[in-house]
Amino acid sequence: MTNSIEEILDADAIFVIGSNTTENHPVIGTFMKRAVKNGAKLIVADPRRIELAEYADVFLQIKPGTNIALLNGMMNVIINNDLHDKKFIEERTENFEEFKEVIMDYTPDRVAEICGVKEEDIIKAALIYAKAERAGIYYAMGITQHTTGTHSVMSISNLSMLCGNIGKESAGVNPLRGQNNVQGACDMGGLPADLPGYQKVFNPEVQEKFERLWDTKIPSKAGLTIPEIFHAAEKGDIKFIYIMGENPMVSDPDINHVRKALTNLDFLVVQDIFLTETAELADVVLPAASFAEKDGTFTNTERRVQRVRKAINPLGDSKPDWQIIMELMNRLGCNKKYLHPSEIMEEIRTAVPQYGGITYHRIEEEGIQWPCPDINHPGTKYLHKDRIARGKGLFMAIDHRESAEVPDSEYPFILTTGRVLYHYHTRTMTGRVEGLNKLSPRSYVEINEVTANKLGISNGEKVRLTSRRGSIITWAKVTDIVDENVLFMPFHFAEGAANYLTNTKLDSIAKIPELKVAAVKMEKVGS
Amino acid sequence: MAEITINGKKYKVEDNITVLEACRKIGIDIPTLCYDDRLEPHAACRLCLVEIVGRGKLETSCSLKVRDGMIIETHSERVIRARKDILNLLFSNHPNDCLTCDKSGDCKLQDYCFEYGIEMGSYVGEKKNYPIDDSNPFYTYDPNKCILCGKCVRVCSELQCTDAIGLENRGFNTKVVTPFDMGLATSKCVSCGNCVAACPVGALMPKKKEKYRYWEINKVRTTCSYCGVGCQMELLVKGNKVVGVEPYKGKANNGLLCVKGRFAYSFINHPDRLKTPLIKKNGKFEEASWDEAYRLIVNKVKEIKGQYGPEAFAGLTSARCTNEENYLFQKLFRAVIGTNNVDHCARL
Repeated sequence: MTNSIEEILDADAIFVIGSNTTENHPVIGTFMKRAVKNGAKLIVADPRRIELAEYADVFLQIKPGTNIALLNGMMNVIINNDLHDKKFIEERTENFEEFKEVIMDYTPDRVAEICGVKEEDIIKAALIYAKAERAGIYYAMGITQHTTGTHSVMSISNLSMLCGNIGKESAGVNPLRGQNNVQGACDMGGLPADLPGYQKVFNPEVQEKFERLWDTKIPSKAGLTIPEIFHAAEKGDIKFIYIMGENPMVSDPDINHVRKALTNLDFLVVQDIFLTETAELADVVLPAASFAEKDGTFTNTERRVQRVRKAINPLGDSKPDWQIIMELMNRLGCNKKYLHPSEIMEEIRTAVPQYGGITYHRIEEEGIQWPCPDINHPGTKYLHKDRIARGKGLFMAIDHRESAEVPDSEYPFILTTGRVLYHYHTRTMTGRVEGLNKLSPRSYVEINEVTANKLGISNGEKVRLTSRRGSIITWAKVTDIVDENVLFMPFHFAEGAANYLTNTKLDSIAKIPELKVAAVKMEKVGS
Repeated sequence: MAEITINGKKYKVEDNITVLEACRKIGIDIPTLCYDDRLEPHAACRLCLVEIVGRGKLETSCSLKVRDGMIIETHSERVIRARKDILNLLFSNHPNDCLTCDKSGDCKLQDYCFEYGIEMGSYVGEKKNYPIDDSNPFYTYDPNKCILCGKCVRVCSELQCTDAIGLENRGFNTKVVTPFDMGLATSKCVSCGNCVAACPVGALMPKKKEKYRYWEINKVRTTCSYCGVGCQMELLVKGNKVVGVEPYKGKANNGLLCVKGRFAYSFINHPDRLKTPLIKKNGKFEEASWDEAYRLIVNKVKEIKGQYGPEAFAGLTSARCTNEENYLFQKLFRAVIGTNNVDHCARL
C-alpha cells in the first residue's frame, strides 16, 4: 500500500476493485464500512455482489477480466468533464498526452458494453472518484490474477495520478496483500530477479555489494518464477526443489500439471508444519515450528514491520524455519551462525536500505513502516510525498485485452475463484479448526438462480465442472450474487479443488497466472 | 489548556478532553464498565460518577468535558456511596457463581465488587432467567450475566459495522438480542468475537476446549499469521499450549480481529503437527533424526549440483514465514547453492 490502513477512516472516497475486503481482509473491511458511516463515498467494482456492494454508492458488477476497460472508461469521463488534476499532471507526471489518446477511445457507452454494466454507473463512479478531495483505490487479486494483471495495476496508477491522488493522506494505490508476510517475502528477495530490498540481481553494483556482504560469489542471471520452475521441472530441467511453507498442490493453477512437475524431480524437500498435499510428494519432510513457537518479524500490507514472538516451545522435534535453514547452510559450507532472529535482522539492516533503521528494540511496542533508512527515521506513513519515487509518475497508455480463455459453445461459463471468510488459503491451518469447518464445510460453486433453473440444478446438489485442464465434482450454491454466465468457487478445498480447472496462462510481465478467468462447462451429477 | 483541581490537587490538562480522560492521564483510577476509548461515551453504567464542586448531582466523568477552574472529587464519600449502590444493584441481579465462572480473574464486576466491598447483592427480588445462546461455534451469550453496559452492541455497530446485535425492551426486561431474538447462528454475526473481547463480565465468553483460570496463563503479544493486515494479538498460553487469543490494540487493527485471528488457533497444538523429520523409503515415510535428514539433503545437493550445476535447483520460499526466514532462504539459494531460482507465492 502506498498509504496506511488507519487513513481509510479519513477518505472522502474509497474505490474497491477486485477485492472482497470484508471476507479476505476483514479488519480493513471494518475500516471501510466505518468510513462510509462517517460520510465517505464508496465505489465497488467486482464480478460478484459482495458485502461491500451493499454499502456502495455505485456498484459495478463487471464481467471478469474487464478491469482495464472499466478504469479507462472512468478516466475518459474524468478527462471529458475536465476533472483531472492538471497541476499535478504537469508538475509530477509524464507521458500524459500519449495516454490520453488511448483513453479517448474508451467512451462510457463502449465500456458499458465490454464490462456488462450501465453507462450511467460508470459516469457516476468516475465523478465520485474525481470530485473527492482524497480518494484511495484498494485492490487485490481480482486485479492482478489476470494475463493483463500488470497492466491493470498500471491502469489503477493512471487513475490515481490523473486526479492527483498520490503522495497524500487517505488516498493512493493500495494493494491489499493476501498473506501475513507476502510483503516481507518480497522485501527479503524471495523473487527470482531481486536480491533483498528489490535490488536487481543483474546490477553489477548490487552484485558486488552482496558478494562483499556474504563473502562469496553470487549469480547475476535472473532466476525462474514459480510457474516457470514447474514448467522446467516437468521438462526435466529442474531436478531439485525445496519448498518451505507452501502448498502448491492446492494453491497453484492446474494441479495435474503441478503434480507432474513435482513427481518428475530427482529430489523434493518440503518444510512445513503439517503433512500437506505437497509434502506427501516429498522425499524428505522437515517439521517446522509454527508462528507461535518462534521470534521474528512480519511486514504487513501497509509496509509495517511488526514483531512475532515466541509463546511456546516448538512441538516435538520441530524447529523454527530460520534454524533449519541456518543448520543446512552450515552443513553446506557457509559458516555464518545466528543465535537469534534479531541477529538476522541486523544483517538485513545492512543489506536492505528500506530496513536500515529497523531494529527489534525500536519495534518492541509498535511496528515501523518502511522505508526507514536509518535509526532516527520514524518510518513512512505514505509514499511519494512531495515527489514520485521514480522522479516523474509515468502514465501508461494501456488497452483492454480479452482474457486468455473466453467462454464458447463448449465451455460456456466463466469460472472465477477466491477465498471465503472462514478459511485461509489451502486450509492447512483452518481446516483443522472444528468451528470453521462447521461454518464452511466443503467446496462449492456459486451459480445464478436463472442458470441453475435452466440446468435443473438445485441448491446443495452435486455438479461436475470441467475445463480444458481438468474436471471436478463440487456442490451447487444457488445465489443471485453472480451473473448468469459467471460461476464462482473458493479455491481452499483439496477435495473438489477449483485449481484443477484454472488456467496457467501468465501475465507476460509479472508471470502471474490467470486464476480469475477460466472457461468451464457444468453439468448436474446424478446422486 | 485548562486548570482543574482533582481531589485537592491542581493539574493543567488539555481542553476538550473528558474528566475521565484527564484522570486516566494523571493516573487516577476511576471505575468503568461501559467505557471504551474507541467508542463514543455512553454513560450507561454510571460507575464513573464523580462529584463536581458547585453542581448538585453527581456526573458521569466519561461524558463530561473538563472546564477551566473545575473542582473534581473522584473518591469522595458521596461518590463511593453511589458507586457501591450501583455495584450492589448490578450484583443483586447477577448469578453469584464466581467460583465456577470462566471469567473469574478477568471480570470487572468481580474486581470492582472486591474493591468497593460488595459481598452480596442486598436487593432481593426477581432475577433474570433466560436461556443461554450457544448456537455460535466459537462463543456463548449468557443474558443472565449481562450487565447491559451495551459495549458489545456498540462495538458490533460502531467498529465492526456488522450490526448483528441490538438492545431490546426497556428497564428490567432489557436484553441484548439478534433480530427477533432468533439466536446468533441465524444472525448476521461473522464470529469476529470483537463483542466478546469488549464484554467486561462473563456474559459473552469464548467456548474453551481447555479449562483454565486467568491467573494460570501468560499473555504473549504477537502478529496474526493469517492475512496481510497484520493485526496485533495476544496468545494466551498455559504450559506449552496456546489456549486462546485476545485482540491487542495495534495501529493496523484498532483492537479488532476477525474470526480466523481470534478463534482459529487450535492448529497450533494440533495432534497432526509434524514432530519429526520424515524420509521416504520405498514410497513410505519413515521417521528420521535431524542428522539423517540433513545428511541426505546435503548429499543430494552435492550430487545434483555436481551433475547438473546450480541451475537445476529451485526454492519456494514462503509468504507465511518471517522476514528473517525469507532472507536466509534466498541467501541459501543464492550464496550457497548458486542460483536465483527462488520465488514464492506472491502471485497466488
